[in-house]
Amino acid sequence: MLRELYYVFAEFLRTFGALQLFFLRLLVNSPSIFVRRFGLVVAQVYNTGALSLVIIMVCGLFVGGVLGLQGHSNLARFNAEDSVGTFAAFSLLKELGPVVTALLFAGRAGTALASEIGLMKATDQLAAMEMMAINPVRRVLVPRFLGGVIAMPLLAAVFSMVGLLGAHLVAVSLLGVDTGAFWQQMQSTMDTRDVMEGVFKSIVFGVLASLFAVWEGYNAIPTAEGVGRATTRTVVITAIAVLIFDFMITAAMIRG
Amino acid sequence: MEHASDNLIEIVDLDYSRGQRQIFQGLNITIKRGEVTAIMGPSGTGKTTLLNLITRQLRPDRGQIIVDGVDIATLNLTGLYELRKRFGMLFQQGALLTDISVFENVAFPLREHTKLPNRLIRHIVLTKLHAVGLRGAADMMPAQLSGGMARRIALARAMVMDPDILIYDEPFVGLDPISMGLIVRLVRKMNDALGISSVIVSHDVQEVATVADCSYLISGGKVAASGSPDELSNTSSELVRQFMHGMADGPVPFHFSAPNYVEQLLGRDTE
Amino acid sequence: MQQTRSVELGTGLFVLLGFAALFFLITQTTGSDTFGGSETYTVSARFDNVGSLKARAPVAMSGVTIGRVSTVVFDGDRLEAVVTFEIDQQYAQIPEDTDASILTAGLLGSQYIGLQPGGSDFYLEEGSEVQFTQSAVVLENLISKYLFSAGGDDED
Repeated sequence: MLRELYYVFAEFLRTFGALQLFFLRLLVNSPSIFVRRFGLVVAQVYNTGALSLVIIMVCGLFVGGVLGLQGHSNLARFNAEDSVGTFAAFSLLKELGPVVTALLFAGRAGTALASEIGLMKATDQLAAMEMMAINPVRRVLVPRFLGGVIAMPLLAAVFSMVGLLGAHLVAVSLLGVDTGAFWQQMQSTMDTRDVMEGVFKSIVFGVLASLFAVWEGYNAIPTAEGVGRATTRTVVITAIAVLIFDFMITAAMIRG
Repeated sequence: MEHASDNLIEIVDLDYSRGQRQIFQGLNITIKRGEVTAIMGPSGTGKTTLLNLITRQLRPDRGQIIVDGVDIATLNLTGLYELRKRFGMLFQQGALLTDISVFENVAFPLREHTKLPNRLIRHIVLTKLHAVGLRGAADMMPAQLSGGMARRIALARAMVMDPDILIYDEPFVGLDPISMGLIVRLVRKMNDALGISSVIVSHDVQEVATVADCSYLISGGKVAASGSPDELSNTSSELVRQFMHGMADGPVPFHFSAPNYVEQLLGRDTE
Repeated sequence: MQQTRSVELGTGLFVLLGFAALFFLITQTTGSDTFGGSETYTVSARFDNVGSLKARAPVAMSGVTIGRVSTVVFDGDRLEAVVTFEIDQQYAQIPEDTDASILTAGLLGSQYIGLQPGGSDFYLEEGSEVQFTQSAVVLENLISKYLFSAGGDDED
């Protein structure tokens, strides 16, 4: 029994190490790809970002609406309904914006990346590129990684903005909170530092989501079943990692 | 024209194993310049693995692979990429990039490796597509192509950098007779017209016989027989006969290893 | 190719939207008194008790915020608290003998530094120390003071 645990742990360490090396490889190749094959990166920003806009905006609107409802109903107990703006802004900018966007991103863009790359592996396209003396890491993986890293923070910002507008819609137009109070309370409590914390988180989550998607696709077993499993694993691993990192970053920021 | 050697590729004493399985043991193959060489064998003998070893996507456990006088194990990364540019490889399913058009697929190696202007690239791509008879399909996407068409486009792509060596991995699998005849003719035509050498990995004895100059039959990790197609069909070796004439049973047994039939039916084998 | 052109257009719009959202968030959700950007000068003050004063607490004069607290540390030698705060550069004419007290915003609100101007012709500059300080009022001390003084009166 102990022996099996040891093997499992050793295998985990081995995979973890391989992941680190893979990450390093992507990072090392990123600057030159960004500069010389910018068109590829642009195409991937479109694939992961622009095509995810709809789901991000719709979800953002409704999350903001819920915050407006919940915030108003709960703050009313303390006669502090005017603070619903602050409540919504805090929740969105520092937590829900980066985290929910990352989870939605993993579901929509992460799976697309993993399955696309896995399929290229299964149909020998990656091997064909290697045969044509073209490095598939540079041509296929790095642009997709960069595309995701660039798209995520932007998507998170859009999510938060739409969310705030949603909260405003619900709180002010539906529940009668004064619009001046909504924004004023928020502005006197929030700081650029708060916004930047959210942006920092979304960048970190973008790196995580893109890294895992590209990794799973590249290492998928080249069969239909293998690609399917790689796709599901992408979402699972990204979700877990994002939430763990969220906790660590939040803890670090509160203390520092 | 005088060449340093008539042998373009020499595989000497090759050993390769994957996990527990010994795939090749003491393999010796010579591929002559300007000829069409076929590598045949029953399914699972590692023919595709051999191609990966020649292009150094895999490394042998022992032995040497010498291309044009150079032992490929000694090449550094630059040398390796230069080597791979001399090969043109046709994969089993075509392996076209699915997100770009047929034209872009054929142009792909040119765009990645050369700085040729678009006009010139257009010329070259259309010429290669014309050679395989698919110039009209230039604007289609790979998903719209039939298997035979996809393979012809892949051939055009394999030829676009004017390689010295064309490698075909199971080019006849799953094609209808017309497409098959087409590919066969193209293989021979390309080889002779362009003065290059070709290596075909296949188990389709009939088609290979019409096109190959020299064939190698691999079994049990070694070369079981070699020679021209005629020599092989008139061979005395039982194994070769079974393969060449497609006989159901022989040295390669019909029955997968199983316990004694009578015992199993009577339920006595589990005691 | 047409495909590339619409992709580029789409990406451009997306990135633009993303940055617009970011800009919106930064400008519309935060107050205009972000003292990170503007020029400030540093002043310090010593207190016996800083109460619950924290970094980034406001520094106000006549009720208007003119700066922020940057650090609150304990001086082990002189056994008192040292508070450093930044004052916006546009308020450079605060007299040297100004009084700094730690006040509470509202009944149970957070604490801040209130500055009461003196009459000196010399002004606070970078690195100056406010000499006249009043520590925070600690609720327990206030209550016990009231209790004891009330008890004493009863004995008469």
